[in-house]
Amino acid sequence: MRKPSPTEVPSRRFYGHGIPGVNPAELAGKLIAVEGADGSGRSTQIAQLVAWLETSGRPTVQVGLKRSTLVSAELEKAQEGNILSRTTLALFYATDFADQLENIILPALRAGFIVLADRYIYTLMARDMVRGMDEAWLKNLYGIALEPDGVFYLSVEPLELVQRNLAKSATLDYWESGMDLGFSPDLFDSFLKYQGRMEEAFKQLQKSYDFEMIDANRPVEAVTRDLRKKISILLNGD
Amino acid sequence: MYSPMKTFAELGFPGRLIAVEGLDGSGKSTQIYLLKRWLELQGLKVFFSEWNSSTLVKNATSKGKKRELLSPTTFSLIHATDFADRYERQLVPFLRAGYIVLCDRYIFTAFARDTVRGCPPEWVRGIYSFAALPDLVFFFKTPLEISLQRILDGRPKLKFFEAGMDLHLSTDIYESFRIFQGRILEQYLAMSREFNFMVMDANQRAEIQQVLVRKLVKENIDLAGFKRQGPLPLPPAVRKAKKVEPPELVAEEEA
Repeated sequence: MRKPSPTEVPSRRFYGHGIPGVNPAELAGKLIAVEGADGSGRSTQIAQLVAWLETSGRPTVQVGLKRSTLVSAELEKAQEGNILSRTTLALFYATDFADQLENIILPALRAGFIVLADRYIYTLMARDMVRGMDEAWLKNLYGIALEPDGVFYLSVEPLELVQRNLAKSATLDYWESGMDLGFSPDLFDSFLKYQGRMEEAFKQLQKSYDFEMIDANRPVEAVTRDLRKKISILLNGD
Repeated sequence: MYSPMKTFAELGFPGRLIAVEGLDGSGKSTQIYLLKRWLELQGLKVFFSEWNSSTLVKNATSKGKKRELLSPTTFSLIHATDFADRYERQLVPFLRAGYIVLCDRYIFTAFARDTVRGCPPEWVRGIYSFAALPDLVFFFKTPLEISLQRILDGRPKLKFFEAGMDLHLSTDIYESFRIFQGRILEQYLAMSREFNFMVMDANQRAEIQQVLVRKLVKENIDLAGFKRQGPLPLPPAVRKAKKVEPPELVAEEEA
């Protein structure tokens, strides 16, 4: 494993050993990850970013959770039955991530695209940590991941998330409420508790991974402005 | 980074896990089948589990293999997912319930294969660090040529990943299989001492090997402790049906 010396700050690196045979220096594009709970405005913001980037003539590609050719359908099916235990679920999602990393993210970066990730490894790690998985184990597992050029966490108060999710879907999602954890038989209580735990896990992860917290309690336009400003700097920085 | 792995016995499980490892064609499946029969005939609690058999994950694995979608990383992860599912939902509950669990291949298969495919050994071992070590591992050692012959004679149609074709070792599938199996054997031999493999001479006749397997199992595991208490409980449907009959004893007391 190549360790950068303090004087040499590599522009591009994997968190751990990465993907065998891939040289990060060849990945010319930019990888931008947007994290946040359901209702944090992630999809809205990503759609805005895509439109903005494409208008300025930059090619983009989008990835997200559970979108791999390899396992997305099977993962979906397994989750419906809620019969996966936590290690299995963690590894299943990691497989889904790795498949998209190798087949979409890396080729697109090599071709100079801007890759927008609708959630990246941090959501996966936070979910697993809330379910009691060991942080060191997760860090080793996701040593395959490429460090993004920018990670933006859309932070929204759990009570505001409730309002947005109810307004949008008229219910709270089973998994986004962490109902599998048995915090409470009450969906509302469980949602609040789970989202609170997720936020704690993100804060814990922030100690080792570099991401920017964006206050997404504000109106969509204000968040968009913020993101554009930050991403402009990131794109023109080199 | 990780605390040294412990066996199920060291972790205080009432059950014991016995694993067999070896190249394809080493005869390990035959040996573990014969061991299973012997244990069952003594009325012991036995559960058998095979590598790559979780029904949940199987679909994805076979699709990945058929359509050659797997890279070394996803090959490794999908097998780890399969293993984790069996480990958490079957192996651990059976071991906690005091069974002798027999595994046709265990984590060492992944250690050997994934390393040959170019995944860093520390990464692979880290992933499998949630699993405890077997209480007994039999490694069926054959000279490469013998196991190749057994496989190539009996089943000439080789599969893509089985032959290591993804590693581009050779365009000829048989040649690729030879090289791939040779490398896996090297990995097994390198692990042998670290994980206390009981190395079996898989060149000997099956019945001679089985005598030794049974002897070693008897010496290392107190088999008497795994006897099933009484007959198997009836399936719920049958139990329910039986309950409907009025118990005679109660009627007598009332009289």
